[in-house]
Amino acid sequence: MADIRDFIAKRAADFFEVGDLGNLGIGLPTLVANYLPPEKNVLLHSENGFIGIGPTPEEGKEDKDIVNAGGMPVTYVPGAMAFDSAFSFALARGGHVDVSVLGALEVDERGDLANWFVPGKLVPGMGGAMDLVVGAKKVIIAMEHTQRDGSPKILKKCKLPLTAVGVVNFIVTELGVMEVAKEGIVLRELAPGVTVEDIQAKTEATLIIPENVGVMNG
Amino acid sequence: MSKVKTLDEITAKFHDGQVMMIGGFMSAGTPETFIDAIIEKGITNLTVIANDTGFVDTGIGKLIVAKRISKLIATHVGTNKETGRQMNAGEIEYDLVPQGTLAERVRAAGAGLGGFLTPTGVGTIVEEGKQKITVDGKEYLLELPIRAEIALLHAWKADTSGNLVYRVASRNFNPLMALAADFVVVSAEEIVEVGELDPDIIATPGALVDMLVKGR
Repeated sequence: MADIRDFIAKRAADFFEVGDLGNLGIGLPTLVANYLPPEKNVLLHSENGFIGIGPTPEEGKEDKDIVNAGGMPVTYVPGAMAFDSAFSFALARGGHVDVSVLGALEVDERGDLANWFVPGKLVPGMGGAMDLVVGAKKVIIAMEHTQRDGSPKILKKCKLPLTAVGVVNFIVTELGVMEVAKEGIVLRELAPGVTVEDIQAKTEATLIIPENVGVMNG
Repeated sequence: MSKVKTLDEITAKFHDGQVMMIGGFMSAGTPETFIDAIIEKGITNLTVIANDTGFVDTGIGKLIVAKRISKLIATHVGTNKETGRQMNAGEIEYDLVPQGTLAERVRAAGAGLGGFLTPTGVGTIVEEGKQKITVDGKEYLLELPIRAEIALLHAWKADTSGNLVYRVASRNFNPLMALAADFVVVSAEEIVEVGELDPDIIATPGALVDMLVKGR
């Protein structure tokens, strides 16, 4: 695999179905947009106030009124629609966003998510993350499997301040695809060349291994 | 009656210690004209309610850098390192609020509501000190309305009576804040005569606007 971030993003994109309304978090999740096939007609929600976020404009074509939730210049696609922040979060909280893809600092076997701050560091604020994950029909965590120092991010119980409780549905990493079920985290797919032992060794939560584990196609 | 005023007439309404709502999201739709005027006039000790603090050189970020804000209620400050520094150093009082909750608190105030129930923040530090209410077996937090003495807004187009039209991502909190402050001032990029704006695209009625000026 050329780049594990792209490999993860490509697999996360498979969770979208035809006509879905999606929301992509900053960082790796933004790459998911590159792998959404046009025939799926997925529109992306930008929580700062529109549906139909498009790619970054060419240099010199930036428009101060067309930016993403990070304030960076973007474009909008045909069929886009703008609205205010209360409507934007009615969409988010109200269950109208089909798939929300976010990064995480920690996820645990109850589906709890921590992705907004590390005590002792500068507090960025939670922005729209808490609202997006409580409302989206499917919450997909797309992230590298471990912290930079190799310590696990998929835990028995999150230690960092939570973003929300019991909201994560699927976790996609460079090692595999996991589903957060009632009984715990179920391994659904393994990346080519990765064994059950490999992925478990890098995961604090005990993975539930079903009879059939698929092969993850990035 | 025209609500178009000079910038001086509008900024005469600003004062030290005021509770201000400021529209915009990462500086898109933030009234830079008023931000610059606050800095120039030396107005300080402000309580600011806004989505974010922009960047160090644009939007509300400029008020942070110039140390004019003593209390901040916002959802995200990660794009302005100086805000984080002032928070950590205890130089600024702050309250970080989930974005959907802040938008709805502003909306609730403007809509005459006593609050609302949201699932956002349940089980997190956001629930600290808040009343939890269970409806149909699901837990919610009671969130309260938030108002300001003055709202500083930005529109793309206005007519002289204060009807406002916004453009794409510059709409954000502006129309909500227009309902939730005692006094509402607007900078608009273009001001046209009454009757020239299509009623179907006006997002904020002039009845909510007290004063406006052409500005960035």
